[in-house]
Amino acid sequence: MTLNRLIKLTLSILFVVLFSSKSFAAGSNIENLKVDWSFAGITGKFDRSSLQRGYQVYKEVCASCHSMQYLSFRNLGEKGGPEFSEEEVKAIAAGYEVNDGPNSDGEMFTRPGRASDKFVKPYPNVNAAMAANGGAYPPDLSVIVKARSGGANYIYSLLMGYEEKPADFVLDEGVYYNKYMEGNKIKMPAPLSDNLIEYSDGTKASLDQLSKDVTTFLTWAAEPHLEARHKTGTKVIIYLILLATLVYFSMKKIWLRVDSEK
Amino acid sequence: MSKQEDKKNRRDFLFTASYTVGAVGLGATIWPLIHQMNPDESVKALATTEVDVSQVAPGKSITVLWRGKPVFIKRRTPEEIAEVRAVDLKDLKDPQKDEDRAKNPEWLVMLGVCTHLGCVPLADKGDFKGWFCPCHGSHYDGSGRIRKGPAPVNMEIPEYEFVDSNTIKIG
Amino acid sequence: MSDHNYVPESKVGKWFNDRLPLLSLGAHLREYPTPKNLNYWWTFGGILTFCLITQIVTGIVLAMHYVAHADLAFESVEKIMRDVNYGWLIRYIHSNGASMFFLAVYIHIFRSLFYGSYKSPRELIWIIGMIIYILMMAAAFMGYVLPWGQMSFWGATVITNLFSAIPLVGESIVTWLWGGYSVDNPTLNRFFSLHYLIPFLILGLVVLHIWALHVPGNNNPVGIDIKKPSKDTVPFHPYITVKDIFALLMFMIIFAGFVFFSPNVLGHSDNYIPANPMVTPAHIVPEWYLLPFYAILRSVPDKLGGVLLMFGALFVLIILPWLDTSKIRSAVFRPLYRQFFWILVIDVLALGYLGAMPAEGTYLFLARVSTVYYFLHFLVILPVLGFLEKTDPLPASISEPVLTGGLSTSAAKSDDIK
Repeated sequence: MTLNRLIKLTLSILFVVLFSSKSFAAGSNIENLKVDWSFAGITGKFDRSSLQRGYQVYKEVCASCHSMQYLSFRNLGEKGGPEFSEEEVKAIAAGYEVNDGPNSDGEMFTRPGRASDKFVKPYPNVNAAMAANGGAYPPDLSVIVKARSGGANYIYSLLMGYEEKPADFVLDEGVYYNKYMEGNKIKMPAPLSDNLIEYSDGTKASLDQLSKDVTTFLTWAAEPHLEARHKTGTKVIIYLILLATLVYFSMKKIWLRVDSEK
Repeated sequence: MSKQEDKKNRRDFLFTASYTVGAVGLGATIWPLIHQMNPDESVKALATTEVDVSQVAPGKSITVLWRGKPVFIKRRTPEEIAEVRAVDLKDLKDPQKDEDRAKNPEWLVMLGVCTHLGCVPLADKGDFKGWFCPCHGSHYDGSGRIRKGPAPVNMEIPEYEFVDSNTIKIG
Repeated sequence: MSDHNYVPESKVGKWFNDRLPLLSLGAHLREYPTPKNLNYWWTFGGILTFCLITQIVTGIVLAMHYVAHADLAFESVEKIMRDVNYGWLIRYIHSNGASMFFLAVYIHIFRSLFYGSYKSPRELIWIIGMIIYILMMAAAFMGYVLPWGQMSFWGATVITNLFSAIPLVGESIVTWLWGGYSVDNPTLNRFFSLHYLIPFLILGLVVLHIWALHVPGNNNPVGIDIKKPSKDTVPFHPYITVKDIFALLMFMIIFAGFVFFSPNVLGHSDNYIPANPMVTPAHIVPEWYLLPFYAILRSVPDKLGGVLLMFGALFVLIILPWLDTSKIRSAVFRPLYRQFFWILVIDVLALGYLGAMPAEGTYLFLARVSTVYYFLHFLVILPVLGFLEKTDPLPASISEPVLTGGLSTSAAKSDDIK
């Protein structure tokens, strides 16, 4: 293989890798809605205000059924995320009662949350969650965006995908029709609707806005180091190209000694 | 400089540049491998702890866990304070005034770890009305200062502050 | 092994070398005469060594934070991704590094297939390489179980269940593998132990692999024997080292592309769902590098038959030096074999694709056709071709094609840098 072809091959593989964000898993039949996410692509970044609004949606709507057990309150203040201030994070945490103990009497007790605590779960365990939700477990949302083929586009589509079911479609009690759910049956009723909550920053809370914001928040929750990853990656690849160039010319110089003596 | 020498110098520069840039990359690669052993975010988040001391009566003490180690919090009586402040610094292996160890004299907050080899000393034991370490026989006084035995220095005072009259924030 | 009369310069060096000839070994590796016409397909051995070291280093570091218990494994991986300093980076390097390792090994193997590197006197290098490949697959399979996601759990269940196909003792073997009555915590624990062990077995075998190589010396694109050292060879350092480093850097660019910009594209989203013994995923698929074997396994409706055929696919590879009867090494001079080589490549890629598809309908039919062709290639085509093929005349030396303008299609063009 010639050098030119090697370089072309490397660059074309790299190109494909960089610009493909879909997974190769066999997904559901229908195409997801596509959003031009700010975090997509090699220079992707999170929109801070969208993250903060998204957290508000999670907290006021989703958290009553869905846990996010791998997140801690302090994550809300860390770089690359919603970046709430230290006081805001403390206040958010303190608004929750957290289980602790045993105390010196051997009893478990509750106390106000601290930044170092994990997010409070709505149910103590999976069985309790299923019992309270008609036998279906509302999945933990910490990594839901990575746990579904289609990622952020799928989650967004799902939230936007509640429609009137087709006339001949049979639905049991407590099951709803969703255009994007595998099999079109979902046990969660449409969680979002226009003006369901009032955003603290005053943004109009349309269904589309709510869905975008909470999806952005969930994407950050699944990939909190996304921005650092992109930044570091750009530096690494530029560095490798630089070093490869230097080594390439070194190689040519060295091999001249062979080609010159025949 | 002859053309041959000139060429050689350029070639050497190229090699030197390659090695240098390569070494930078190697160093940048090694750092994350080392830094990952440093305390992670969850450990660093627990680096401070707040303790409610409203239930501690004068003369009593509690022990709390902070950064994996015991912290003795003792509420001293006026007699204990006076006694400990009357000690002549010349008698101390590690001279330190009690005033410098307990800014608020009523409360002694210190790491309950013997400075000899790390055992946890026992309260209200020993010859100096303080703590006694059973491992190798170190005696500490009511200010946590080493008075007798192999420990080299006084028990450590961590960073702490009173966020209100009932709560101490350690760390 | 050494005909060097290497004497270290320093006194300390001489003292040390007299007691343990590491400096002589170093000199041997530096001077090792390598054919000067090696092309970039020969750089993958060095790349593979880099991959092995990367996996070992990142793996040891991950093991400082990972917890091998069914209740804690998934959470410990999340902790690595979120809280450990650079944990996300080390984890993504390790998971994508496994894929890069297999990408490199497949290119390395297909290089050997094309240029006849498995032929006498290099049969043992080939067999050691096959053992390394099998151990790689074992290590990768067990490593994938460790995060304890849905694919981890169910992949482990499906593959360990295969052993029940063995008559008489099958069920006992499966129970023994599991340490229980299903894949559970005992299974996870022992997989972690073995996953940590195997890379070091591979490391030892790589030493043997390179040692066995250094006896006859490298093969080369033209496939003819060369004298070493001679005008046909160059010392390994600096000629081959600098070329290997350059190729490695290109490889690392692709590696970095995956790690930093698409770290989950080669994986399966179901593995971000914690393992649930009550719920089976809709499609259980192994990682991409195991897909061709998965396709062969599922081609046979009988469980034992599928297992035997899957192992058979490996077996025909192992005995390849004795299946290929051609006296000519390199496909450069074997016009017919060359065509069959590329058909094999397409066949293996097809098997890989079909392994990811549901095993039904047209997919299953095509998988069966591809499986049959795979065995046809090794068991029928190769032996027969050795006798029937009219090969091109070989050049007298590897320098000759450059000087005379070449007889074969891969002769060096003047702007080629091999």
